[in-house]
Amino acid sequence: MSTGLVSVAYVVASICFILSLGGLSHQESARRGNLYGVAGIIIAVGATLASVGDGGIIAIVIAVLIGAGIGIPIANKVEMTQMPQLVALLHSFVGLAAVLVGFSGYIEPLIATTGAEHTIKLVEVFVGIFIGAVTFTGSLVACGKLDGRIDSKALTLPGRHLMNLVAVIVCVLLGAWFLGTDSMALGLISLVLMTAIASVLGVHLIMAIGGADMPVVVSMLNSYSGWAAASIGFMLGNDLLIVTGALVGSSGAILSYIMCKAMNRSFISVILGGFGQTTSSASAADPDQTVHESSVDEVCEELRNAESVIIVPGYGMAVAQAQNGVSDMTRILRDRGVNVRFGIHPVAGRLPGHMNVLLAEAHVPYDIVLEMDEINADFPDTDMVLVIGANDTVNPAAAEDPGSPIAGMPVLEVWKARQVVVLKRGMATGYSGVENPLFFKDNTLMLFGDAKDSIDKLVGGLRT
Amino acid sequence: MQIGIPREIFENERRVAATPPSVHKLIGLGYDVVVEAGAGEAANYSDDAYEKVGAAIATDTSSLWQEVDFILKVRAPMENPALGKHEVDLMKEGAFLVSYIWPAQNPELLEKLAARKITSFAIDSLPRISRAQKMDALSAMANIAGYRAVIEAANNFGRFFTGQVTAAGKVPPAKIMVIGAGVAGLAAIGAANSMGAIVRAFDTRLEVKEQVESMGAEFLELDFGDEEGSGSGGYAKQMSDEFIKAEMALFAEQAKEVDIIITTALIPGKPAPKLITADMVKTMKPGSVIVDLASERGGNCELTEPGKVAHQHGVTLIGYTDLPSRMAKVASDLYATNLVHLLTELTPEKDGQPQVNMDDDVIRGLTVVREHDITWPPPQPEAPVSPAPPPGTEEPSAADMAAAKKDADRRSLIGKGALLIVTVLALYGVGAHAPESFLQHFTVFVLACFIGWQVIWNVTPSLHTPLMSVTNAISGIIVIGAILHLAQAANIAVGIMAFIAVLIASINVGGGFRVTHRMLKMFRK
Repeated sequence: MSTGLVSVAYVVASICFILSLGGLSHQESARRGNLYGVAGIIIAVGATLASVGDGGIIAIVIAVLIGAGIGIPIANKVEMTQMPQLVALLHSFVGLAAVLVGFSGYIEPLIATTGAEHTIKLVEVFVGIFIGAVTFTGSLVACGKLDGRIDSKALTLPGRHLMNLVAVIVCVLLGAWFLGTDSMALGLISLVLMTAIASVLGVHLIMAIGGADMPVVVSMLNSYSGWAAASIGFMLGNDLLIVTGALVGSSGAILSYIMCKAMNRSFISVILGGFGQTTSSASAADPDQTVHESSVDEVCEELRNAESVIIVPGYGMAVAQAQNGVSDMTRILRDRGVNVRFGIHPVAGRLPGHMNVLLAEAHVPYDIVLEMDEINADFPDTDMVLVIGANDTVNPAAAEDPGSPIAGMPVLEVWKARQVVVLKRGMATGYSGVENPLFFKDNTLMLFGDAKDSIDKLVGGLRT
Repeated sequence: MQIGIPREIFENERRVAATPPSVHKLIGLGYDVVVEAGAGEAANYSDDAYEKVGAAIATDTSSLWQEVDFILKVRAPMENPALGKHEVDLMKEGAFLVSYIWPAQNPELLEKLAARKITSFAIDSLPRISRAQKMDALSAMANIAGYRAVIEAANNFGRFFTGQVTAAGKVPPAKIMVIGAGVAGLAAIGAANSMGAIVRAFDTRLEVKEQVESMGAEFLELDFGDEEGSGSGGYAKQMSDEFIKAEMALFAEQAKEVDIIITTALIPGKPAPKLITADMVKTMKPGSVIVDLASERGGNCELTEPGKVAHQHGVTLIGYTDLPSRMAKVASDLYATNLVHLLTELTPEKDGQPQVNMDDDVIRGLTVVREHDITWPPPQPEAPVSPAPPPGTEEPSAADMAAAKKDADRRSLIGKGALLIVTVLALYGVGAHAPESFLQHFTVFVLACFIGWQVIWNVTPSLHTPLMSVTNAISGIIVIGAILHLAQAANIAVGIMAFIAVLIASINVGGGFRVTHRMLKMFRK
């Protein structure tokens, strides 16, 4: 296949990818978007295979088949609640692939280069491997944290910012050495050293970020994996990789930005990690406050009398796997003519859009699942709000107490409804460590217990 | 300790201070409970029901009073005509009592209680703070009275509440005016509104306007300056003469128009204000009804007779003073629950031994007699000032805030400027020194970033997870680079590395697209 045809195929593939992302702007067109993506990758791989002739074609086909043979069954099996882990794991693969291709590109360049071009190429190799290594180990740690294999608390070593800074400086020095040397062996040594340091840096960076900041971390790693692909594209002089990498990179960057804004925090402060350790004592609970504990029967009664209900799910619903019960309850209430809607905070869960996917899995119609901005104005006219496993995202302190560590964070204003019922395991604070005055409000009832148990009992109670 | 539930002897009092469920809870607090035979009969609770939950039944009135250490009751203790003795004199010296007492109106009763060293909690003296709401029997009873007032009015009113158009003619809806939008007033508004009547309400406290409207009534407003009728503790206060004049004019005008008037106006510690004069009653349409919920304290209407139904000038005037007792079952249920909450506060150890903690605002307010001292009235609660901000979080002054904002603005401006300069320098450096081939790719890269930026902002937030998995899948495009290397691998190490890279990138592509497909399939209307 001529280079001209390959280039055209790459352009078509790039357009497919853009259409694929564009398709996600609506639920209706999203599935078609995914098909565009599949088409793009098939065109790209096909054109590449045609262009390389029969060199190593068997090995390539075997590798692709094995890879797809592993990937597709995993994707078929995975539970929707495990989606954050899977996404993080897949990021790590991109990172590792970038490292491996980067090394290959250094040892056996596809295009011979000299002079300034050669230097630029070396920089591209170096940067590609660096980003790839950070993405690889960082994503593995994120995956472990999301899966519960690693403690999701933020690990704050003394002097951690300094350690990170030193690691980056050492990498830059290694880079200078790498550019300066002509010997392949010395170059390899510096590359390997840098890879090792970058890997440790990736681990340490993500270890320092705690559970509920994970939406930002995952989208940030998503962005990194894109930039890694783009720098490999520069190294290979391959525009398709550059375009795709740039698309993915900016997508991740925008998601990170949206998540940070939803928490009213700067990107830097999230990345530096360790939130919640220094600020937890800010508002001590007023000892004069009492919570109103409720029972399943009482909540059932309230639900029967309500005309409009808003359900606010949080990570607790995902942990307890209560989404199917919630869906059943929604169906029962809707059959009775109750106006049931869902209010989703942008950072609810551990992945951008996590709650939407869980609710979709449980067959909750997507047109009653609303964003925070769409639903916040409706709370005062709502009879009842069910808060299922959410805490910081419904904390009135963010709006009312300027001294609170989460002051200014946009929250779902559930307390404005006539009645709020909070389903919660105990009185523990949320991720931010901030006391939640919502629990002490007069119109708040607490229903303690596992969210799934409580929801199942409510469903049973509503059926009878 | 033993709790005794005597039978109420006040005429027509059907309520009882404990119900079988509440007795069960009292036993849970460590008390033994004795119920006088027939105490719950009028509220439809049989002696059997009490026995079933573990209470003892006492058949002899005087021995019940003498034996128990803690009396729970509805009405204030009074002379027992059958035994010829005052109930207080029947009690054990040093015992406890919870009931309505109205200490302001009954100073002799307080002295009598103190003489017998009876620690007495007047449920009517509960401080109005949020923590005490669960014990607020006055509100609970007012709610019932408001509802019942509408029922009594309907019973004495010759028409439907709701308007109807029937084959036999058109029926206009009843028009109801409710004066005083406290708990009783709001309950009356709600009941009348749900029966289909047109409801208007008046209150001197403008802040209740929203509550009135939320219950479905129209709020009658006086066009009258800024005088506000809110007193301490959320009750009304007495208004100026001009205000009252304007108010009376409004009532006179409304009286000609409405069919039913329900009055609930009370000012704490004062006789009920006279709001509906005899002249107004005369101007009302024949068949109209007035329900005077304040009749026990003298009545809001000049013509009502406490405890009775009177007919004057063709208008039915209902002056019942026992409206909650007319709904004895629900009234007993709520009152008993209020008392259980109170006992729970009094018995923190759940050991059946009450502890009178006079440092607790709620208990201090309730306690009118402690052993031989009269402790009523309680020290004035502090005025409800807004709590002082905790140290360190003082509100910064407007000037400080403005300065800080200016500072932040300047800093962000400097930051933006610096970023712009760095970008320009970087672009200059790239343009001046980078080779042609790099610049081509660079152009593609920058344009792709912008396309990505535009496209991604359009993605609906509910699809953010599929977005991540699909971008994940397409970033598997790195497989191209790996394939190119694998195809030309001369070195075995490179071959292996490239092979692994192709393999894992393929996992990414296959897994990413597959899982996205699965997710998107789930989204449906």
